[in-house]
Amino acid sequence: MSAVTNEFLLEKLNEQFGSQVLSAELPYGMLTITIAPDAIVNVLKWLNEDKILKFRFLTDICGSHYPDLKDQELCVIYHVQSMENNLRLRIKAYLPISNPEIPTATTLYSAANWMERETYDFYGIIFKGHPNLKRILNVDEMDYFPMRKEYPLEDATRTDKEDQYFGR
Amino acid sequence: MSTNVKIAEAPPGVEGEGFFATRLDKVIGLARANSIWPLPFATSCCGIEFMATMASNYDLARFGSERMSFSPRQADLLLVAGTIAKKMGPILKQVYLQMAEPRWVMAMGACASSGGIFDTYSVLQGIDKVIPVDVYVPGCPPRPEQVIDGILKIQELVKHESLRRRSSPQYKALLTSYGIE
Repeated sequence: MSAVTNEFLLEKLNEQFGSQVLSAELPYGMLTITIAPDAIVNVLKWLNEDKILKFRFLTDICGSHYPDLKDQELCVIYHVQSMENNLRLRIKAYLPISNPEIPTATTLYSAANWMERETYDFYGIIFKGHPNLKRILNVDEMDYFPMRKEYPLEDATRTDKEDQYFGR
Repeated sequence: MSTNVKIAEAPPGVEGEGFFATRLDKVIGLARANSIWPLPFATSCCGIEFMATMASNYDLARFGSERMSFSPRQADLLLVAGTIAKKMGPILKQVYLQMAEPRWVMAMGACASSGGIFDTYSVLQGIDKVIPVDVYVPGCPPRPEQVIDGILKIQELVKHESLRRRSSPQYKALLTSYGIE
């Protein structure tokens, strides 16, 4: 069996999706591509169904916040793995904070359900078409998205810490 | 009859042939203090330390707490050992509400007392934000000796509590301040 390499994978991706693959890099030997948000379902589906690539395991979905990137403040990161080829791929999609919407991956992977809820919970990213998009880890009454960088880590109800000793 | 067994001291009273007269609240206090059934609400490393307190080396049973009550209905003491996340807060409160009066609460360790090192959006900054606490035991985690000291402090409270305290307006006001009717 011929081994599928990062170069081969990137070549196939470029061939299939062309301009929808915006950029590619290779941090620590793991192929990382940035794609247009609307292409995510097609990319995941194609990676899953391709006879050679067989990326059939969704490792994780998570978010990230870059306050300084104009109109690309929020990022959704997908990790998929091809067990048979022993290869991993990281897919990034950047979204503007004014309209953080991306199609859901739950139509392909049931496992995406909780992962997307978590990403929504902490970053406020809306996964269009998700069957039950509500908070999963934080309390339901929480009225903000705590991992966005404008919010402090510390709890405001803390009473036993003197501000002056903690630089607050 | 000589014995090594230490018996709780009898309250002051009048003793005669075949009778002993004393105050009822002292007798009740004595009985309650020496048979406290704790409910261990253990969520993290303090729970491990509490297990050591219960085990043979430290043996909390010597102080009358032989039986852990894992049902709040039969528990006297809610022993909160560990970090309580904000999502756990309402559950802790529900367990407290399920306990019958009289009930006592001990916050074991820095997290249960104040949030400890977890000064963060997801962690309750001390269980006294949701339920009233009788004794705080400091430490991260506290040594078993400290836990036993905390239990003895609880025993002192139990022993000397007025029988009318639980129906007093002050106690009602305390519960109301926590939103408990």
